[in-house]
Amino acid sequence: MTKNISIPALTRVEGEGALYIRSKDNKIEHIELNIYEPPRFFEGFLQGRYFQEVPDITARICGICPVAYQMSGAQALENAYGVKISQEVFDLRRLLYCAEYIESHVLHMYMLQAPDLLGTPSVIEIAAIAPDVVKKALRSKKLGNDLLKAIGGRSVHPVNTKVGGFYRWPDKDKIKGLLEDYKWGLDFAKETARWAVTLDYPDFEMDYEYVAVSHPEHYAIYTGDVLSSTGKKIPVEKYESRYLESHVPQSTALHSHTTDGNSYFVGPLARYNLNFEQLRPAAMEIAKEIGFVPPEFNPYKGLLARAIEIIEVYDVAIELMEAYDPQGPPHAKFDLKDGEGYGVSEAPRGLLYHRYKVGKDGLIKEAKITPPTAQNYAQMEKDLAKLAPEVLFDRSEEEASLELEHLLRSYDPCISCSTHFLKLKHEQV
Amino acid sequence: MSKPRVAVHKFSSCDGCQLGILNLEDELLDLVDAVEIAYFLEATSTIQPGPYDIALVEGSVSTEQEKEHIQKIRDESGVLIAIGACATAGGIQSLRNFADHTKLAKATYDHPEYLNYLEKATPVSDHVKVDLEIHGCPVNKYQVLETIIALLQQRKPNLPTHSVCLDCKRNGTVCVMVAQGIPCAGPVTRAGCGAICPANGRGCYSCFGPAPQAEFGAMIPLLQAAEEYPNQTTHLLRNFAGNAPAFRNAVDSILEESSKK
Repeated sequence: MTKNISIPALTRVEGEGALYIRSKDNKIEHIELNIYEPPRFFEGFLQGRYFQEVPDITARICGICPVAYQMSGAQALENAYGVKISQEVFDLRRLLYCAEYIESHVLHMYMLQAPDLLGTPSVIEIAAIAPDVVKKALRSKKLGNDLLKAIGGRSVHPVNTKVGGFYRWPDKDKIKGLLEDYKWGLDFAKETARWAVTLDYPDFEMDYEYVAVSHPEHYAIYTGDVLSSTGKKIPVEKYESRYLESHVPQSTALHSHTTDGNSYFVGPLARYNLNFEQLRPAAMEIAKEIGFVPPEFNPYKGLLARAIEIIEVYDVAIELMEAYDPQGPPHAKFDLKDGEGYGVSEAPRGLLYHRYKVGKDGLIKEAKITPPTAQNYAQMEKDLAKLAPEVLFDRSEEEASLELEHLLRSYDPCISCSTHFLKLKHEQV
Repeated sequence: MSKPRVAVHKFSSCDGCQLGILNLEDELLDLVDAVEIAYFLEATSTIQPGPYDIALVEGSVSTEQEKEHIQKIRDESGVLIAIGACATAGGIQSLRNFADHTKLAKATYDHPEYLNYLEKATPVSDHVKVDLEIHGCPVNKYQVLETIIALLQQRKPNLPTHSVCLDCKRNGTVCVMVAQGIPCAGPVTRAGCGAICPANGRGCYSCFGPAPQAEFGAMIPLLQAAEEYPNQTTHLLRNFAGNAPAFRNAVDSILEESSKK
């Protein structure tokens, strides 16, 4: 008996891909998450570009997390040229990153994943039954975009980041003018977390190796060392000695694994499990109140980790906005030299690594970028392999596909940088 | 009257332009009231078959599959609108058009032989008739909104055709090139971003593509005289909209000049 199941493209993620499942006698024989990415060759055409173009060019890898690319990229080039950024630049970069977290996390929670938990095709139908909640969510999302615009000129591909700092200090009035709204945003974020915990999450757990950036002073977003739940902590310079990418035939996205051959998991749930103790009191209090405390191994509950992280970043943002009063120069002066540099930060959907070889002529000689979704790829396939037999044989095609898609969506895959066309194809041999 | 059916399609791109639609936070609920979102993979699992009254297409055509797909979209669409620099000019990935694509592939992938792509990444209009183009990397979301509203009202959308310079004047931004000698592509670049780069103390890097009346003959020597590193002028014009004919030709003429020297 041969049966082919073909289900429409994966929706409510960035980009498209394909999922192929072959089964025999109700047993899964083979699972392949296919990425037919139109390759865009960023690492290729960065070669020969001037280093100061990198934040602008790499932003275009992802329209949803351009700041992440700018932050990891700028850090890598500052590392290569031996540039020390000022505390004021450091603080403003953290603030900029908070803004991107708000925009991206609210988008993912309400527009991409919540419809799965509420059984609707999109946020539009949620708006029909709960217009006030959706309006508040849109207001919160907009606050992220407003701050991105205040700092970077626009929310998608902001223009103010440069290697060494910022082109110009953002207007103080514009930053302070958002404070009252941000206090509302913090309250709404708490409300969101209390609501999110009442949703019904599928029962599913895996024994993950979590990997996230770790910073001695903060719940790490902007910078730090690379920490694994195995306890291994390495500086960013050593990243490639433990985390490898390989290129497999069915996909144009590169797949990551550790040198031990393990798949691993990056993203909100990884950060949450590894850095939970560093949450500030506002986020910690709600985390404990709703009873969402590590260890947590249910990938669907990445949504709750996002909910708590939104509280954290609103709280951090308010403090940084209140203190914002830059006195020094917006960017460091430095000399160019031959060198190599490394940078890492936490994109909303997980760890993002950049490495560059540069010349004293200012030109990029070599570039390497490892986005979060490439790192999660192998783990996503393993999760699918576990879930597929549970849903594939006793449910309708449509239900099974929804379950599998929901699992993938919970990872918040940023596949526009890597994918095209995700279709579920189930072949019963 | 039934609501116009809108489809949002993605080709080779970063998603940033279609995100612009989801970033219309204040207008989104009214928008979905006025039109029916019939196909928008990033936003909804509801996939309705064509035909569609309005198709918004993000991204450039860079694979064989996309080449076929854009024909299908043309066939099932009333008004086809290309949104963003990828769809209107080829986008950042069209930098491959000026390089040895095999080298680019090697620099990114261990096994370029696994890849399936066209040697050139090209705008939608190279493949099918495009009814309207909205420029920018990313697009200005209010231009997308204005275009949809204009279609609903059966009038011509009001989209700017002047250069970035005029917006700097309107903003009261002092010219970064005249006052500080910073190379700025603003005089040859289409307005629409709000002149945000000069407002942030840096030169425009041309992400909205060439302005319709751009005068490159006058501008190129000025840019070259202000360069902060060798060939900055070609870098400024050959990036996000570098495959737009006016930018392409301008840089080709610079390269031809320098090869004579």
